[in-house]
Amino acid sequence: MITALLIGLPLVAALLLLFTNGEGAKRIAFVASLAELGLALFAFYLLRTSPHDEHLASQMTMNVPWITSIGVDFNIAMDGISMVLVLLTAFLVPVIILSGFEKKHDNPSLFHALVMFMQMALVGVFVARDGFLFYVFWELALIPIYFICLLWGGENRGKITFKFFVYTLAGSLFMLAALIVLYLNTPVGMSGTHSFNISELYKAGQNVLSPTEQSLVFWGMFLAFAIKMPVFPFHTWQPDTYVTAPTQGTMLLSGIMLKMGTYGLIRWLLPMTPDALERWAPVVVALSVISVVYASVLALTQKDFKRLIAYSSIAHVGLISAGILAFSVKSGSTEGITGALIQMFAHGVNVVGLFFIADVILSKTGTREINELGGIRNVSPQFATLFLIVLLGSVALPLTNGFVGEFLLINGVYQYSIWAAAIAGLTVILGAVYMLRSYQAVMLGETNKVTAGFAALTANEKAVLFIVCAAVIAFGVYPKPLLDIMQNDVNALATMITESVKP
Amino acid sequence: MIQLAWLIPLLPLLGFLIIGLGGKKLSKVLVTAVGCGSILLSFAVAVGVFLELKGTNHTVDVFEWINVAKLNLGFSFLIDPLSALFVLIITGIGFLIHVYSSGYMHEDEGYARYFSYLNLFVFFMLLLVMGNNFVLMFVGWEGVGLCSYLLIGFWFRKTEYNNAAKKAFIVNRIGDLAFLIGIMMIYVNFGSLNYNEVFEQAHANAANESLFNTIGILLFIGACGKSAQIPLYTWLPDAMAGPTPVSALIHAATMVTSGIYMITRSSVFYVNAPLASEVVAITGLATALFAATIGVFQTDIKKVLAYSTVSQLGLMFLGLGVGAFTGGVFHVMTHAFFKALLFLCAGSVIHAMSGEQDIRRMGGLKKALPITHLTFLIGTLAISGLPPFSGFFSKDEILAHAYEQNKLYWLLGIFASMLTAFYMFRLYFLTFHGKFRGTHEQEHHLHESPKSMTVPLIILAVLAVGGGFLGIPDGHNHWLHFFLKPSYAFGHSGTWIFDPHHFNAEEGKLMGFAVAGALAAIYFAYMMYRKNNVLPDESEATMGKTQRVIFNKYYVDEIYDAVIRKPLDVISDLAYRFMEIRFVDAIVNGIGNGARWAGEGIRQLQSGSLGFYVFMMSIAAIVILFIQMF
Repeated sequence: MITALLIGLPLVAALLLLFTNGEGAKRIAFVASLAELGLALFAFYLLRTSPHDEHLASQMTMNVPWITSIGVDFNIAMDGISMVLVLLTAFLVPVIILSGFEKKHDNPSLFHALVMFMQMALVGVFVARDGFLFYVFWELALIPIYFICLLWGGENRGKITFKFFVYTLAGSLFMLAALIVLYLNTPVGMSGTHSFNISELYKAGQNVLSPTEQSLVFWGMFLAFAIKMPVFPFHTWQPDTYVTAPTQGTMLLSGIMLKMGTYGLIRWLLPMTPDALERWAPVVVALSVISVVYASVLALTQKDFKRLIAYSSIAHVGLISAGILAFSVKSGSTEGITGALIQMFAHGVNVVGLFFIADVILSKTGTREINELGGIRNVSPQFATLFLIVLLGSVALPLTNGFVGEFLLINGVYQYSIWAAAIAGLTVILGAVYMLRSYQAVMLGETNKVTAGFAALTANEKAVLFIVCAAVIAFGVYPKPLLDIMQNDVNALATMITESVKP
Repeated sequence: MIQLAWLIPLLPLLGFLIIGLGGKKLSKVLVTAVGCGSILLSFAVAVGVFLELKGTNHTVDVFEWINVAKLNLGFSFLIDPLSALFVLIITGIGFLIHVYSSGYMHEDEGYARYFSYLNLFVFFMLLLVMGNNFVLMFVGWEGVGLCSYLLIGFWFRKTEYNNAAKKAFIVNRIGDLAFLIGIMMIYVNFGSLNYNEVFEQAHANAANESLFNTIGILLFIGACGKSAQIPLYTWLPDAMAGPTPVSALIHAATMVTSGIYMITRSSVFYVNAPLASEVVAITGLATALFAATIGVFQTDIKKVLAYSTVSQLGLMFLGLGVGAFTGGVFHVMTHAFFKALLFLCAGSVIHAMSGEQDIRRMGGLKKALPITHLTFLIGTLAISGLPPFSGFFSKDEILAHAYEQNKLYWLLGIFASMLTAFYMFRLYFLTFHGKFRGTHEQEHHLHESPKSMTVPLIILAVLAVGGGFLGIPDGHNHWLHFFLKPSYAFGHSGTWIFDPHHFNAEEGKLMGFAVAGALAAIYFAYMMYRKNNVLPDESEATMGKTQRVIFNKYYVDEIYDAVIRKPLDVISDLAYRFMEIRFVDAIVNGIGNGARWAGEGIRQLQSGSLGFYVFMMSIAAIVILFIQMF
């Protein structure tokens, strides 16, 4: 029931928002998103206090027949893994709405309705336990962000948004094909149809498919997830889209939406085709590791701060992807997956913070060109400190949220291959290079014409940055709540996969 | 008291939070009180812990941090002789330097910011040495790196300082990556990262030499970054951009000795890893010599001290490499005394000279700065290794072990020590003797520093004189060795040179040789810079070829720039313009356009009612059918 509410609340809010007009919309959306956060925290609390409670499990689950003719159920559930992502969504959406409080949108009701609609779809993706339903939510999430980018985006938005839309859509069709293959290999049940139930699909993938079919399914799904995250070489839509999208759109894309891809790897790819994973791991881990290094190297040369963050995001996501795909179906050790989940949360917070910082700089100076800026620290030491904290989270300094995930991820990759870990680990160095370089160019030194008039942070800007910075430090010093909530379910997932490949 | 050990790092952290959050709203007096007071209290607790310890080990748990799979990391502290000794050095010298800073930084507009960073540094440094697992060490390790970054670039308007700060952070991160991989290797092979468990496991598997060598070398690469050894030392001389007390605390007495702590803590690996130990010894020795030659030609008072720090750290690593763990730690301690002293004296000189750091503009300062002069002389005597000053004892212990291992190491070590004695006395004579060579204005302003600065100098001078007696090279009286022994619970036989039967005429001869060498070097410096008033060249034009190469620090920075930094930028630029835009993205666009043409074709076929979406749908359906036919 709670899980259904988590989907329903933003949907209702979205619908209501369509009937409002004027600037009040953002307040309504903000309140609704806070209610959603409260609900998510309540679910978190329930899961944490009684993880093995049967009654609770049934409370968190909802499974009703939906399209009976093809065996589709409205099957949603909440476990620790979903919880982390749902909490991330519920935490970031109000921050994202808040970050735009001082912006004048054309048609604010539509804008915020789309944001809330997107939240609905995102939560749906993270809790769906039916292949078809998952696919529906997956595509539903694309629609609002498409319109947000198209209607409120910057220069060249038509062409860039079209590319983004087609690219990701093409990817997800491969996933649909893979899901259908799995579906057709499930046994015909009492209702006379195959089933899209996730555990039936798992069984079909693990036991029924031939090795070739498993490989095809593996690649079909991987393609969809790889484009969404994105990893090299499927990433070229991303920098343009991130730069062109309105900042709040970029935040939604990078903070939450790309986690659909990494989440998909964990929930839908690993358990579905463990044999294919073992077979293709060298390729997909290599692609992920290449992503890390390639994007880091490209970040070095970027002149636009927003584009630089876009590339750094590819690097970070590459490491998450590598940590997941390096999962060993033999040993079943969970460092990589745990690290990935922690890092998804951390990256979401940090990247939203960084894009917000880019937005603040743009709105106060009129430019994001790194070389035109400088000396902002002289004018706004507070902004400099807050920026630095987010930066440290991004370069994974210990006791910031970025470290815990990065440490576990590199650990997971190490267990796969020491060389992969060493190469992926270059992010430790390169990340420091491009972040510190840009920080120096933007914030340090003497002020110039562009930055001399840098206005003090507004209360709203402070609020957003304080929240982000507090999260950066809190989850770095004390990641235990997040680690605890997912522990059992990650272990169960790992065991399930490991056992499935036993001869 | 030991169970209160968590207070030791907490107090500086609180200091940081109070000053950092209070910022400019706090008065200077309050900032000073909180900044210095927190360290003093921390020191008091440390003394209490130290007195109660008596050779025992304790684990103090604070909270559970990361608990995943076999990984069980707590915020837990290991209180044993080794960590207790480091804690005393950090808080004790840290306190003195905080007090000194209150005088040195008094006029700076960033006074509060300075103290908040300094307190944060002490917090991380304590975490580094007190943690009971490798990850907590890493937390402190990177944390002190951050503080070092913040303090080197403290005066952030100057591009040059910002570059130095950035360089320090990045070069350190190169080492940190190796350290991190080393940690992973320990975890995977020993199933834990807590010292107790790892060392026990390692001790039980001591035969696995190649594993130990690899771990040993990876950790050592980390140490090369933080402790400024070849090839990662280049950041330390640049780090002198920071305020001078920072150079004393971070870049001489504490942070840069982290590497020595790390290797001593992990000694169980090194005693079973001959190759790794050899690498440590040779790198240390090479760094000691290399940096000492550079020190001879430097003209900036802080740069001379910086290269001497690099060189002394090299000597410590030589000690660790030949198994003299106590010797290494001993030298960390004495070096902390005399090098902090020398840096603070340098700060006092710079203060008096209105910011001048070039020794060619100094001279004859002993009259105007009597306390600074005397204490600087004591520090110089200590670093030159003359008995009974502290440096003599610790250096002697390292060199004696080197002699046992390989006589060549010993000889080269003696040579490095002679160079040290030479350039330190060169520095001393050029600064304090002869005629004043600065401007009239500077001469007019010359003054001894305030009490807040001179009192720490005097205390450190006393320690620099007497600190050596903690380790008299006689088996029964070597207090430090017996104190530290419980920290080497595994893998050490303890039959070292300072056991009673080892102290013999031969070691006496070695000592005599070392002292004679130092005296000769001092005499040489005296003849040149005091008697004949030789002055360093004003410009490169008058230098010989070799001298020019050394004066330019063997062009190592330029080489790194040409071999690493510039190529990286070029690769980045080319990759972006060609690989990314003209290749990867071009292919994607090509496929996209192809699909659009095809889609338009089909749309026409089907009277335009179907879009791209359905086109892809149908392809998917075909694929499915195809698969089903298998």
